[in-house]
Amino acid sequence: MNRSFFARNPSVLVFLATLGLATLVITAASEGLGLGLISTSMVKTLGKTLCLALIAVAMDLVWGYAGILSLGHFAFFGLGGYMIGMWLMYERTSQIVTQNLANAPIPPTAEEISDAIGSQIFGVVGSAEFPLIWSFADSLVIQLLLVVAVPGLLALVFGWLAFRSRVAGVYLSILTQAMTLALALYLFQNDSGLRGNNGLSGLQNIPHLDQVPQSVLSVWFLWASALALALGYVFAAWIVSGKFGSVIRGIRDNESRVRFLGYSVERYKLFIFTVTAMIAGIAGALYYPQAGIINPAELAPVASIYLAVWVAIGGRGRLYGAVIGACFVSLISTWFTGGQAPDINLGFYTFAWVDWWTILLGLSFVLVTLFAPKGIGGLFDLIATRNEETQE
Amino acid sequence: MKSAKTLLASTAALATMSLAAHAADCPIKVGVLHSLSGTMAISETTLKDTVLMLIDEQNAKGGVLGCELEAAVVDPASDWPLFAEKARELLSVHEVDVIFGNWTSVSRKSVLPVIEELNGLLFYPVQYEGEESSKNVFYTGAAPNQQAIPATDYFLDELGVEKFALLGTDYVYPRTTNNILESYLQSKGIAAEDIFVNYTPFGHSDWSKIVADVVALGADGKKVGVISTINGDANIGFYKELAAAGISADDIPVVAFSVGEEELSGLDTSNLVGHLAAWNYFQSAESDANDAFVAKWKEVMGEDRVTNDPMEAHYIGFNMWVQAVEAAGTTDVDAVRSAMYGQEFPNLTGGMAKMLPNHHLAKPVLIGEILEDGQFDIISQTTEVAGDAWTDFLPESAVLTSDWEKLGCGMYNTQTETCVQIKSNY
Amino acid sequence: MRRRVLASLGLLLVVFGTFAQSPAAQPASPEAAPMQDILQEHAAIITKSSRKTIGPAIDAVAGSGLGSAQRVLEAWQAKEMWQRQSDGLFFHAQKTDTGYDLIDFDSGESVGVASKDALQQIKPNSGIRALLAVALVQFQLSDPDPTRRAEALLSLERDPTSGALAPLRTSIPGEGDPVLLANKQRLERLLTIAYGSSDEERTQAIDDMAGDLGVDVRATLNPLLVTTRKVYEGALPEGVNVALRLTPGGERLSRTEAYALLAEQNLAPAPVTADDIRTTLAAHIDGGYVGGVPLAQLSDPARRIAAYEALVDAQKAAPLLTEADITDLLAAYVFADIYAEPSTAVTEAANAALRRIETKVQLNQTLDLGLDALSLGSIYFLAAIGLAITFGVMGVINMAHGEFIMMGAYTGYVVQQVIPDHTLSIAVAIPLAFGVTFLAGVALERLVIRWLYNRPLETLLATFGVSIALQQLAKNIFGTQARPLTAPDWLGGAWVLNDVVSISYIRIAIFGLALIFLGLFLFIMKRTRLGLETRAVTQNPGMAASMGINTDRVNMLTFGLGSGIAGIAGVAIGLFAKVTSELGQDYIVQSFMTVVVGGVGNIWGTLLGAGLIGGLQKSIEWLNPSNTLAAQTYMIIFIIIFIQFRPRGIIALKGRAAGD
Repeated sequence: MNRSFFARNPSVLVFLATLGLATLVITAASEGLGLGLISTSMVKTLGKTLCLALIAVAMDLVWGYAGILSLGHFAFFGLGGYMIGMWLMYERTSQIVTQNLANAPIPPTAEEISDAIGSQIFGVVGSAEFPLIWSFADSLVIQLLLVVAVPGLLALVFGWLAFRSRVAGVYLSILTQAMTLALALYLFQNDSGLRGNNGLSGLQNIPHLDQVPQSVLSVWFLWASALALALGYVFAAWIVSGKFGSVIRGIRDNESRVRFLGYSVERYKLFIFTVTAMIAGIAGALYYPQAGIINPAELAPVASIYLAVWVAIGGRGRLYGAVIGACFVSLISTWFTGGQAPDINLGFYTFAWVDWWTILLGLSFVLVTLFAPKGIGGLFDLIATRNEETQE
Repeated sequence: MKSAKTLLASTAALATMSLAAHAADCPIKVGVLHSLSGTMAISETTLKDTVLMLIDEQNAKGGVLGCELEAAVVDPASDWPLFAEKARELLSVHEVDVIFGNWTSVSRKSVLPVIEELNGLLFYPVQYEGEESSKNVFYTGAAPNQQAIPATDYFLDELGVEKFALLGTDYVYPRTTNNILESYLQSKGIAAEDIFVNYTPFGHSDWSKIVADVVALGADGKKVGVISTINGDANIGFYKELAAAGISADDIPVVAFSVGEEELSGLDTSNLVGHLAAWNYFQSAESDANDAFVAKWKEVMGEDRVTNDPMEAHYIGFNMWVQAVEAAGTTDVDAVRSAMYGQEFPNLTGGMAKMLPNHHLAKPVLIGEILEDGQFDIISQTTEVAGDAWTDFLPESAVLTSDWEKLGCGMYNTQTETCVQIKSNY
Repeated sequence: MRRRVLASLGLLLVVFGTFAQSPAAQPASPEAAPMQDILQEHAAIITKSSRKTIGPAIDAVAGSGLGSAQRVLEAWQAKEMWQRQSDGLFFHAQKTDTGYDLIDFDSGESVGVASKDALQQIKPNSGIRALLAVALVQFQLSDPDPTRRAEALLSLERDPTSGALAPLRTSIPGEGDPVLLANKQRLERLLTIAYGSSDEERTQAIDDMAGDLGVDVRATLNPLLVTTRKVYEGALPEGVNVALRLTPGGERLSRTEAYALLAEQNLAPAPVTADDIRTTLAAHIDGGYVGGVPLAQLSDPARRIAAYEALVDAQKAAPLLTEADITDLLAAYVFADIYAEPSTAVTEAANAALRRIETKVQLNQTLDLGLDALSLGSIYFLAAIGLAITFGVMGVINMAHGEFIMMGAYTGYVVQQVIPDHTLSIAVAIPLAFGVTFLAGVALERLVIRWLYNRPLETLLATFGVSIALQQLAKNIFGTQARPLTAPDWLGGAWVLNDVVSISYIRIAIFGLALIFLGLFLFIMKRTRLGLETRAVTQNPGMAASMGINTDRVNMLTFGLGSGIAGIAGVAIGLFAKVTSELGQDYIVQSFMTVVVGGVGNIWGTLLGAGLIGGLQKSIEWLNPSNTLAAQTYMIIFIIIFIQFRPRGIIALKGRAAGD
């Protein structure tokens, strides 16, 4: 126990140093604040990747350490995005509307302003009336709180119900997947009040920061994402290194035994499930202003499965494994589906990466599960500490 | 000796060529932003191939401004946020002069802020819900008044339909179109209770109840017609259920806005004969230009391929852009944009398409009946209808207008005489 | 009275009789070409081809009394009338190898062959075709060809006209075909309801049809009950057929609506809206003040009213109405819904008949909804039954199950490309789909799953990898476009109990298929050695192995069986919906839910689960018919909550087998 705590500390420091260095290098090479070697779209991609790494850390906590294979964490991620997106949209539209109404001969009433914002946001498909969920959209502070509170509350209620009735293992996975599907279907509805299939868009234009070019904003967001990842990582490392970490690992390995030892297994599970949902919400709130648009397709169940796969490929039960998995798989996918990878002409058949990449990715999940259950992180272990490997 | 001479000559030629190229900023880059993978790939890949074919043809004619055109193709993979990322990449990394791309409304909304920020130029070829006019986008597909309204008029006048079922997939295009139609129908004296609206999810397959509901509408003795904005795959189950219920086009006609030649190749049309679709183009249009276009397409892509409406939109858009660049003498976006207004180019269906100051086209509207072989029999063709960015049939947008040429505004309130916003509402 | 009716009927008969016989009496001479003359006279509207203007042309042809009238109308309707561009003459053109054979309408003889370029086809749209069909009714009702008579009845059903009643009645005695006769008699009753000459005749016809569920009966009765909302000053006039008197402020007519009605008919000043106030205020801005109120204060609605009232006092604006003013105005008028149909007897009879029909309709609608739910349930069951084996019995999470369904559907598509006969191709496709997915299942089990029997969560991930790989593979091979899989014709129609209750044969077939598989599953599990061994291996692999059971083989076969059934489900689903690479995705979550809700390890549970989900979804759709998406959402939420309270499903296994 003690040994592993100390053994993990240096790895945290190494991680933080690497992250810091990477951020510095990217900043120095960026278009906005540096030499212009890396394009703004690339900086955005890297910033988004850091957010994905953060949710992967959360996923690793809940699955790799506590053994709960949640297929719903991307839903929490999306909810975080929606919460911040509501403020971004409301505030931007409100600026436009106030500016426009300022020219009106008669000063507008509060209702007229709100109606104008509403009809601008919802267009002709909604009414000018704001749905209830937009009640706090005008307040950045409250929406920021909701970024954590909404995913947290949903996780709390869902987890309380599920763990209370001892739903576990694959059943829980299926149930979380159903939850994601229900949420995505709900948001797909135009009547959900969140603009249905179109979702919230134009999120990269941050209100009151109109003068700051995107090339600079993208670097700021990179910093914010790096900071969030660093904090999240330290928090996760801290949480798993103490007694709490031992208990949740115990639950993962033998739930009944931990219960017989007198621990309230459900409370531990509920805690980790809720906290990771909150981290996912924060990651989402940082991700979508960089992506520019959030819509229900982002919450599709398949996204959550991909998340599990990143962690598996990176190596679960290791925080750095999750980060590596998320960065590696998402960046390499971007590369291959982006059409940058040259097609291979075999004479009789042109091997287009765009067509075949998904197949290779799918097969690699199978291979990793079968032959490298510890993922890429496992390789690190193998190289770094051969002894530890044999002991396990 | 001889070979050395040739070598020398060719080096010299190369040198002059590269010099000339430098002077005219060659080659001119054309961005193609269509999904090549994911759910939208089937529709959008066709459009990518269309643009590439048009570029090849143009290069064969000697390019534009003495420059070769060069395509920069990226794959946004039917992933909406990725559209924004790829658009930024096209504009800032590939430095393209124009982009042809997008299909879904949500992908367009994703791209808009980027295009407007970086002052790019986008040609959008698909029929859409309107209520938008961006300074940087030319909408070569149909606005609702170029597809939905004429089709509804046809239902009212020619088929004598008195009761309407508006069936659509639950997203912004059907929602907006149906809202416009509801208001339009009421202005034509159709009572609110004679309009039945239903929304289904993407890829919906269980249609029995909805079809039964539609049949039951006939109980008050009024002729029922269906206006379908059902998207993509879901149409297959819908038409199969219609056929199984034995509903012929003479009983309850269905007019679809999202079903074209491409979609019909996915099902057996023998039971659908007589149902309708409204577009600005059908492959069966009779004109020499169309014959040549179809022949060329089949030559490039294969004999069993069909052409469709968004392809014609790209055909018109691309050729107008070429004309505008030549008129402006540069590929500079602002110069080309000003040169675009009033550009004319012959439609494949006959007549002239004209680019209006609101960035929409004036195009004829065609209504076709489905034939056994999956093609359409054109039974009605209007004269050119001017595309309207803001619909006249909803009170909140009736007061808005778009005129980038004179007013310099895409969302101009004619009542207060102010420009609501310069950027588009995304 | 009765005599007069008979007399007028007789007169009609005579007119129609001469009308029908006249062609034979007057053979058209080829030189005169009277039909061509008629067509030429109306050439402009014929070529314009619009339903709104075509009327005179059709009437002229139909009423010409010429023998060729029927031929012209039929050719026109069949899009076989062409115009020669050189001289504008119309011909009946028939396609031949060399071009179009032109037949003169008057003489009925060919006048030569012309190429397509020299001709212009007249394309009547379906609205005009319907008018042509109506015009043809009089010729066709007594036509010797029964199909023509059936066509005439069909078009009469679609567009009942008053003029058709008499010819229909005359044609009834001579009708030899019993089906057509019944049809004619029914139509005669319906036409009598609408156009009968006396109230007694009509109410009698209404009573005759009172119990009938047909949409056409309701379609005939409902128009009789159409009302318009009217306003009368003082009291109701005499002689109007009142459906309902309305009091403003009551349940059916709010005060605002009533006032709007008055304003609409200029009986009252238009109400002043908030928008009107703003515009009026804006028009009277006077040096930073409106009506004495500073501009800056006008963002407050109360101050706006104050400013407006100041303007009213200065006589610059229309006064605002108080509630008392409105009450006074409304009291001066009577509001009522008035029937368009003047006869009280008819509307009363129609109301009574409709009430009786309505109750029956509602009962039948419930039945139809039940059938829909049953059908949806059977589709879910069919999709889930394979999972009930692999997941329910073996405990293996197979995320690629949906892709096996898809593989089955594509197998059906490929078979149909090779064997064009639909019946035969389905007969081949079903066993072949089983074979293909059985092999795929066996391969998956051998290569992947058997290494992971102790790690169920990792099975989930590995099979998910297989799932996305298979999906992309299907896209690479078949493209993302939906592919056609067409049911044989004998499965094409629908089983129609009445106009309300009907279900397509393909859905019945799926239901039957689901039952067959239920039986098959029970048979294999309970009656065969494989079933016994499967159950043994599932409950205790170690013990089973020590009893000499080859657990590897049993696992392999069981998994193959589950996958094979998924393949057959794929063919069935492809037949009624679509074949795309994402077909499996639409069913995978629902399938897992079906198994989990029903209770893992029990096929009856899966059956109940499928029934519950199907029923639930249809009930929610019924509650909210305009939004199917909402139904799916709430269904899933319901299931999530359901599982919280019954984590082991509807039928929970008891004892040891239930252990995790």
